[in-house]
Amino acid sequence: MGKTVEEINQKIRDGSVHVVTAEEMTAIVETLGPEGAAKEVDVVTTGTFGAMCSSGAILNFGHADPPIKMQKLRLNDVEAYTGLAAVDAYIGATQVSESRGMEYGGGHVIEELVSGKSVVLRTTGSGTDCYPLKNVETMLTIEDLNQAIMINPRNAYQRYNAATNTSDQTMHTYMGPLLPDLGNVIYTGSGALSPLSNDPTYATIGMGTRIFLCGAQGYIIGEGTQHDPKNNMGTLMVKGNLKEMNSEFVKGASFHKYGTTLYVGLGIPIPILNEDIALCTGISDAEIKTEVLDYGVQRREKPVLGEVTYEELKSGCIEINGKEVRTSAISSLYVARKVAESLKDWVLKGEFMLTTPIEGLSTKPRVKPMRQTGGLLLVKDVMTAGIGTIKPDISIEEAAKRIIKGQFNHLPVVSDDGRLMGIITTWDVSKAVALAKRGRVEQIMTRKVVAVNPRDPIDIAARKLEQHNISALPVIDAKRKVIGIITSEDLSKLLTGGGHK
Amino acid sequence: MKIILCFNSQIIKKPLIAEVILETGALVNINKATIDITGGELIINVPDEDAKKVIKSFKSRGVDIITLEKPIVRTDEECIHCGVCISVCPTNVFRYEADGSVSMDHKECIQCGACITACPHNALKLSR
Repeated sequence: MGKTVEEINQKIRDGSVHVVTAEEMTAIVETLGPEGAAKEVDVVTTGTFGAMCSSGAILNFGHADPPIKMQKLRLNDVEAYTGLAAVDAYIGATQVSESRGMEYGGGHVIEELVSGKSVVLRTTGSGTDCYPLKNVETMLTIEDLNQAIMINPRNAYQRYNAATNTSDQTMHTYMGPLLPDLGNVIYTGSGALSPLSNDPTYATIGMGTRIFLCGAQGYIIGEGTQHDPKNNMGTLMVKGNLKEMNSEFVKGASFHKYGTTLYVGLGIPIPILNEDIALCTGISDAEIKTEVLDYGVQRREKPVLGEVTYEELKSGCIEINGKEVRTSAISSLYVARKVAESLKDWVLKGEFMLTTPIEGLSTKPRVKPMRQTGGLLLVKDVMTAGIGTIKPDISIEEAAKRIIKGQFNHLPVVSDDGRLMGIITTWDVSKAVALAKRGRVEQIMTRKVVAVNPRDPIDIAARKLEQHNISALPVIDAKRKVIGIITSEDLSKLLTGGGHK
Repeated sequence: MKIILCFNSQIIKKPLIAEVILETGALVNINKATIDITGGELIINVPDEDAKKVIKSFKSRGVDIITLEKPIVRTDEECIHCGVCISVCPTNVFRYEADGSVSMDHKECIQCGACITACPHNALKLSR
């Protein structure tokens, strides 16, 4: 025997509704079984609080006098998109400040608006007969806006991959800092409390579902972008009234050397209509699996280093390639629990009514990679192959001779079996000569060499040259054998049309 | 206990740490050292029971001392309890409590600053 949403709403109205959080439900389903749990429980509340980059808000500022058609607009020096009507703008969470850079961005502006602080608006227009004003600078708070509507194209990933790094450099990512040589694992998502993990077939969740969004009552307006249900990575597009939100559940954030984002608190109430739904909401951390990906590889397809459960991730340590690696989250379970508890409280107090979706979410996968018609140039297409190398025990003098003879600026230093050990440059040799230093190459070579792989796109090589302020990268294979070199000269030749082999 | 030692350029060449260890017999652990032409600054960790005599011994050699009661300070209202700091900290200062909140144990901090750049909501700073 099932229940209907209307019957549950009647119970909410008369105060007899039984609500639990998804974490509490796990234990109830374990004890009573799905059938018993379905009889006992009417609503299960879920919650998540994580960095959701695909978030932002539509703001309407009202008309100035004389009127202006805003064409460029900054809020606290963060640009908002104005390709809409005269005084509408969309501020996105990841847009960074023009004056402060990556430490402040759209997410922070949204947090400041929600917490009632004033922000500085600067806008310009080109001036027309109907909108003659060309400049406005003013201070305003959320109270001064006609509308402030959060509209997030992609929130509440059902689950997400965990991130680690096998490279020898710290990777600064949207998953936070990933330390070199499997130094840590960072994960995101609330596991058993995750909204979509508690209704993975979208039996009760769809367009029109009323939800908890940042402390206000918001709505699901459809599936999110990159919605990927076949891989258990469904997403949601949501909206809510910024003016009703609570800054405890909306936090602008900045990830070092990545940029800004917005932490969004989102919770969905799941009506327990039957035992199938009860069973789904009984899901535990141990049943939710995800993959650990290697963010040291700067490609779309990242190597999978293992499969883990949220239970393992939450334990603080997992094993990868035989190494114990510490784990921690970038999302907050503590605040996710507050979301689920607040939603539970609203339902118990009769302040929140459940809804029936007016349209379901797609269960078909449709995430495609980008079609890149320009083609992709790889290091092996541009590098100089079969270059000279040198052994570490050769004298500096001999190295100087080889550099002059070969007309290189860089000479990789290799072991007897051809593996990269270091590099010397004309600068290293000149410096040694200037200081009257005599000795072997290994005494002056740079040991920590930044290198690339032949199958890396040339953009990765260009980024490494720029990041490390160097002019050449040895190209090495999987066994670290030197197979060529790529220089900034090779890359600049591409721009002028020469040198492309 | 964590202590910051400030050396001026006159005494930087002397083997002061070795002298203090020999004099006090204390297990002095160097957590961090920055030395340049203008002087040096070291953060050391000493067992609480030896702290008094170690401080006295350094002071007698002209070293300025700052004791670090709380090496890092957290603004609790800014902390969102994500826990990124937990896995980037080399000395396990941070941990999750049963309710999911993040707690910290100052004793282990070596002021490396890793948590400060990692914190997405600017909740942490080094103290002096």
